[in-house]
Amino acid sequence: MSKEVVIRAENVSKLYRLGQVGTGTLSHDLKRWWAMARGKEDPYMKVGAENDRTKKKTSDYAWALKDISFDIKQGDTLGIIGKNGAGKSTLLKLLSRVTSPTTGEIKIKGRIASLLEVGTGFHPELTGRENIFMNGAILGMTRKEITSKFDEIVDFAGVELYIDTPVKRYSSGMYVRLAFGVAAHLEPEILIVDEVLAVGDAEFQKKCLGKMGNVASHGRTVIFVSHNMQAVQSLCRTALYLKSGQVSDFGQTEKVINNYLSKEIKNCLSSEWEMDEAPGNDNIRMLGAEIAPHYNDKAEVMDVTTPFDIKIRFYNGADNALINLSLVLYTMSGVVIFNVGTKPQRLAKGVHESVLSIPGRLLNDDVYTISLYFVKDTATVLYVIDELLTFEIVDEARGDAWFGKWPGAIRPSLDFSIK
Amino acid sequence: MADHTKSNDADHWDISITSSRRYFDLNVHELWRYRDLLVMFVKKDIITVYKQTILGPVWFLLQPIFTTMIFVVIFGRFAKISTDDVPQVLFYLGSVTLWNYFSETLNVTSKTFSENATVFGKVYFPRLILPLSKVASGLVKLMIQFSLFIIAWVYYLFIKQAIHPNWHIVFFPLLLTLLALLSLGLGIIITSLTTKYRDLTFLISFGVQLLFYATPIIFPISMVDSDKQFWLWLNPLTSIFEAFKYAFLGRGVFSPVWLGYSTVFTLVAMGVGIFIFNKVEKRFIDTV
Repeated sequence: MSKEVVIRAENVSKLYRLGQVGTGTLSHDLKRWWAMARGKEDPYMKVGAENDRTKKKTSDYAWALKDISFDIKQGDTLGIIGKNGAGKSTLLKLLSRVTSPTTGEIKIKGRIASLLEVGTGFHPELTGRENIFMNGAILGMTRKEITSKFDEIVDFAGVELYIDTPVKRYSSGMYVRLAFGVAAHLEPEILIVDEVLAVGDAEFQKKCLGKMGNVASHGRTVIFVSHNMQAVQSLCRTALYLKSGQVSDFGQTEKVINNYLSKEIKNCLSSEWEMDEAPGNDNIRMLGAEIAPHYNDKAEVMDVTTPFDIKIRFYNGADNALINLSLVLYTMSGVVIFNVGTKPQRLAKGVHESVLSIPGRLLNDDVYTISLYFVKDTATVLYVIDELLTFEIVDEARGDAWFGKWPGAIRPSLDFSIK
Repeated sequence: MADHTKSNDADHWDISITSSRRYFDLNVHELWRYRDLLVMFVKKDIITVYKQTILGPVWFLLQPIFTTMIFVVIFGRFAKISTDDVPQVLFYLGSVTLWNYFSETLNVTSKTFSENATVFGKVYFPRLILPLSKVASGLVKLMIQFSLFIIAWVYYLFIKQAIHPNWHIVFFPLLLTLLALLSLGLGIIITSLTTKYRDLTFLISFGVQLLFYATPIIFPISMVDSDKQFWLWLNPLTSIFEAFKYAFLGRGVFSPVWLGYSTVFTLVAMGVGIFIFNKVEKRFIDTV
């Protein structure tokens, strides 16, 4: 069944200026104008560097998007995924006409409504009723359309009682529900949604997802941007994977997500050192460390169910020293998950190995890093190595309606049932 | 049949997002489609001003009353500036009301981009709707304030019989339109320029203050030496304020030539304004 293409992006690029905007604007503008006047290319367009936030900047300009082309067909649900800074938000801004591309063109068929933020244009002093009309109008609805949907919106948001109260008195949950309610009852041909599902409780998320699925099943097109692979997987038929401003993969959601996970999660899963360059001192030298997962399916992704070993190889420089290892597991945001130590042991001079086994269903989904301490005589720290390994554990495919991050530092599987 | 139309449809697009700018593309059709939004913005402007205040819309009236009282004391009593035999209260009240409309509209429209950056950054609607709504909500406020002038005017006209208005009053809607379009035109020029060159903001507030004294608001143009009057007429507001005074108070100058000049000036300002506003609206969000 060949469906109509409703969005077509052709070689879309977006150049951003780095650093302070304002200083030197006039001189850049003059140079640009001079180049144009002589019929030459914009001098600042050539120098734009690839958008990689980790690199030191080599130019004042960077391409947030570079040569993006894709087609979206009517009734498609497209998920846009990628790391922070990959250009997702820029692409959304372009699609929702908030800004325009530096080069290239996006062509759209039909009315488009975007939800880059819930409650855009909500005024705290206005009542719920007034804000529904205000917000609806900003999103492109006419008064008539809003009036006909009004009861449905109020019902969806569950705020009947407070409809004539200024929204500044609303709880944040009510506020978000009302805002999403307005947006969800828009009837555009194309709906663009940015991570709104991160807010609200599970019940409300279910409602939102249901509503979005509903929108899609009515032949309308939905574009959804999220960091949350679970949500993307369950909602979207196709996915677009952006990497450093370029399309890295585009196609069937599951394939794209797997590609994304295997490419983007830059795990430092193992390190090896030669004896002469190994970090450490005369007492201890780090020779190697490795995360060894025991995958249970063919998709080699470390999720919360995967058990794994942390293997450590080191050189002990003093014969018969009483050594113990102490390992601290941190999340990337710096929360200590645990600290485990080996029993102190008399070690011969030479290379030794140590293994820590971590079962599946213990750690939550997060990015972790390891610090390792070598302790002598249970008191003296001989050597410490930070960020020895870095690895990410991703969420498993869940069957429930909650798509937010699972709360908690750990995520053990405990016996919990209703008798 | 259905397949037929589908295959042909492929080259018809409703929206095209590119970097190329069609400068004079006013897109009236799109503005019209968003007319309900304009009404909502106007309502919001009016309602939010007096929410949670006891006096409510009365506040709109107090502002010109206070200003007029201050002017009567400072310019009338102390500085003894002539009001051309027109009762001082009436002389100041009328022009202050008009001036407030002009300067406030200019002030808010000249901040269109900077004040609404967050909304503009999240959702698309024709940006021109916002300054237009400010012009309209200003007009509503002006009408409320102008009723005060009318009351005073009727009092002086029928009870005191101190003024002699004439048929030129029919030009009042035109004068208001000129005032509205001029503030809008200048406002959108300023807001477009200030997105990139913030320095201008400081010049503007200074400029508006200067304009106050370069417009016959607290003085009649007859007070100025006749050889220097020409320079004052160059200010497009002069003919508007003088015509207003002539029509309502019987004193002042109704100059068709200079009104024509003001009209041309206003239209040029609007044209230039829409031109650069369109140019800036496409990408301003990257520079604010």
